[in-house]
This record gives sequence, structure tokens and C-alpha cells, in this order.
Amino acid sequence: METLLFYVLGVVTLASALFVVFLRRPLHNVLFMILAMISLAGLFVMLHAEFLAMVQLVVYAGAVMVLFLFVIMLLNLEALPMPALNGRAARWWVGALLALTMVVVLGPLLRGVFMASPKPIAGMTPPMTNTDIIAKELFTTYLLPFEIASVLLLAAIVGAVVLGRRRQEKTTKD
Amino acid sequence: MVTLHHYLFLSALLFGVGIVGVMVRRNLIVILMSLELMLNAVNLTFVAFSRYLGSIEGQIFVLFIMVVAASEVAVGLAIAVAIYRQKGTVDVNEINLMKW
Repeated sequence: METLLFYVLGVVTLASALFVVFLRRPLHNVLFMILAMISLAGLFVMLHAEFLAMVQLVVYAGAVMVLFLFVIMLLNLEALPMPALNGRAARWWVGALLALTMVVVLGPLLRGVFMASPKPIAGMTPPMTNTDIIAKELFTTYLLPFEIASVLLLAAIVGAVVLGRRRQEKTTKD
Repeated sequence: MVTLHHYLFLSALLFGVGIVGVMVRRNLIVILMSLELMLNAVNLTFVAFSRYLGSIEGQIFVLFIMVVAASEVAVGLAIAVAIYRQKGTVDVNEINLMKW
């Protein structure tokens, strides 16, 4: 079972990677890259790195790839084909459909909220999850690289904003 | 039975595909995406080693790789936008002002 899952995820990742490199339209490349990121997150879960799988989904598939999509749209390299939606009634229908999809997807989660959760037995510590272990190491042994990483992120933000600015009209000096 | 070698082989293949993408493609955005693919292959290597050698340090390093990769993508895409505004294209063969 685990072998089958590994081969399925591996083939999906590899095929998506090949599509990323060899397809012509940049929009298709980005979409297959998102698929590759998601299947890589699945491989991380198989390796018992659940925290990293979620971080991969949120950061890579959720932020970095969306940034790529923004840039592709901004540079007009590719227009997203939109269906012709005229009138307010069509927009209401789309919104209702999306809300219904969200409820259907999130419904099983909400069910767990309303069921009674077992009280923790006093004196018995729960086993450490992957997040606990990473947090324990990250905030003690690796605290300095963690702080430097946040400074690096600040530098990247400032750099991206400066580089993305529109050039002002240059005035001749002296 | 999935051993360490399976994961290493897969990540080596992913890395190779990323290298081919960086070398072959001329669109700057696709080159940046292939670079991200290479970084993800290295992430997979680190996590596989972290699992099979029993140490969490591999996963901590993966966190830092993700931080660096995300900031590099942000800056790289800002450069791509600036190049597009200057030259009207993101074809890397056109960006040859510094060529001898």
C-alpha cells in the first residue's frame, strides 16, 4: 500500500515536472507546477513530515505559485480565459455555487467541532507530533538562523518593492 | 517496501528535470519555475534523509530552504517585471546588453 502510494505520487510529481518544463504556454506551466507542489506535499506526509507538508502547501502552492500567476497576468503574457458572465444574476449564482462547495468541503471538519472531545487524562503527556519536535529544535538550537531568516525576508520584501517600482522621470542633477 | 533509495532517485530525477528546464527554456518566468523545481527536489532529499536517519535537522533545513526560495522568487519576479517594462519581453536571449 505504501509502495503503491509512493509510486503514484512519484509519477504524478515527475509528470507534472516534465509538463512544467516542456509546455509552451506559461499558464499551463504554472498550473502543472501547482500540481507538482501538491504531490510533493503528499510525499512529505508519507515521510512523516506533516508540518512541512502543510507549510509546503501554504507557502509554495498557495503563495509562490499565486505570485507567478500574478506576474504572468500582469505582464500580459497570457490572458486567463474567462467565461462571459453578464448581469448580476449570473454573479449571484457563481457566488452561491462557490459557497455551497466550501460548505461541502468543510462540512466534515465542522462536525468534529460539535462532537464531544475527550478530556485529557491528568499526568499523561500526549506523544510529540512532528510540529512539536520541529518547534523544540527551531526555537532553542536554531534560534539564530530563525532570526536571520526573518531579516532575510524583510530584505527580500524591500528589494521586491524597490525593483518593482515604476521608474520616475529622471531629473538631471548639477 | 520503500527505501531511502527510492526517494533519492525520485529527487535526482526532479533535479535533472529542473536543470533541463533552466537550460532549455527562454522564457524567464519558466526558468524561475524550473529553479523552484530544483529547490523542491533538494527539499525532498532533505526530508527523506531526515526520516531515514532519524534526525529532525533535515526538516529544519527544509524550512530555511523554503524561506530562502520564497524570497528569491519574490525578488526574481520583481526583476522580471522590471525587465519587461524596460525591454517589452521576458525572452532571455534579448537580455544581452552585457554580452561581449
